[in-house]
Amino acid sequence: MQTHKAKRVVITIEKIMLSRLTDAIEKADVSGYSILPVFGGSGRSGPWTREDNIGRGDGMVQVICIIKPERLDTLLDSAFEVVDRHIGVVTISDCEVLRAERF
Amino acid sequence: MDVFSLAAETLVTPIVLSFVLGLFAALVRSDLSIPEAVAKGMSLYLLFAIGFKGGVSLADHGIDLTLGLTLLTGIILSAAIPLIAYVILRALSGLSALDAAAVAGHYGSISIVTFVAASSVLESRGIPYDGYMVAVAAAMEAPAILSALWLVTRSKGGGKMEPGLWREIMLNGSIVLLIGAFLIGMITGEEGLKEIAPLVIAPFKGVLCLFLLDMGIIAGRGLRKGRGVLDAGALAFGIIMPLLGSLLGLGAAVLLGLPLGSALLLMVLSASASYIAVPAAMRVALPEANPSIYLTLSLGVTFPFNLVIGIPLYLALASAVIGG
Repeated sequence: MQTHKAKRVVITIEKIMLSRLTDAIEKADVSGYSILPVFGGSGRSGPWTREDNIGRGDGMVQVICIIKPERLDTLLDSAFEVVDRHIGVVTISDCEVLRAERF
Repeated sequence: MDVFSLAAETLVTPIVLSFVLGLFAALVRSDLSIPEAVAKGMSLYLLFAIGFKGGVSLADHGIDLTLGLTLLTGIILSAAIPLIAYVILRALSGLSALDAAAVAGHYGSISIVTFVAASSVLESRGIPYDGYMVAVAAAMEAPAILSALWLVTRSKGGGKMEPGLWREIMLNGSIVLLIGAFLIGMITGEEGLKEIAPLVIAPFKGVLCLFLLDMGIIAGRGLRKGRGVLDAGALAFGIIMPLLGSLLGLGAAVLLGLPLGSALLLMVLSASASYIAVPAAMRVALPEANPSIYLTLSLGVTFPFNLVIGIPLYLALASAVIGG
């Protein structure tokens, strides 16, 4: 089957920053993304779980975008303005998609 | 009123003992937990009930000048307490200016759960309080955040209040529900209360117990994780600041001529520290500040202190000064 090269960008960020990040992603003309809850993990501040949270600002979420390689820099520039000062992780990996016209 | 007998009476209540149970469970690493959605549901219920009852009480007593002055005083206290807290924290602990400012912001703002627990103590003892104190609680949430950001800007820059953040603070779900329920209670009055009394009155204390059980678990986990984050000076601040805040609240209450119940609530609002609204604002505006420090202090140290020791102590103090 014919596949097409794409980039998969995963941004793990604090929940409180989510709307700011998705606004930035949309500003970069990326209209497709998925948001996943993060149940817990461990970082510089030690382990944490969602059960320890009491506020709307607590916890982390993951935003996943799959885009054409030529749009990667625009997306990263826009997203970086939001995530620059905040905790979180941005990863970029190669992937393949079946329907290139959708990305 | 004897502070020790009052403390003993207040300690042996289902509300405080539920909190202690949660604290104990977390500290011994039990897997006891309240599902996230249940905890969220209980917090919505408590906010609605306390807001509604406050509105009904205001409808009964009417709006007067004291209400406006108390609201204004609450706003001033919320803005001023962080400045005092910052100076004390810098003197007592080795925290950086940024962390000290972030912590200070939490102490100017309020803990609505502590407020609810204090109003529950007043109701148990048959001490009346003004319904508009709910509105004072809501008004005291945000000014402290501005003071904290001003402290950071003054010391090194970096704190900024973006327009979106301002909207999020003023219109966060808790504030909208609390004020909305308050207005509904004010509009519908006693008749409205009669219609929904089985929901907002009968189960209130039972739900508060379960909610405080959850808060105890979260506070205990925070204390466990935050061990080593706070130095002795910061820990001392977590006890000294609520005491000082309560005295400021008492002074203001005396100047305003508030009755005993309302005076206690103003003391509790001034003594309590935020662990929901302000941490969220700090994560956006001051992401470099360490959340382990301000959350451990406000939720792990000051909240249990206020709940177990503070409320009876403040009530005894207010009774001695104001009478009643």
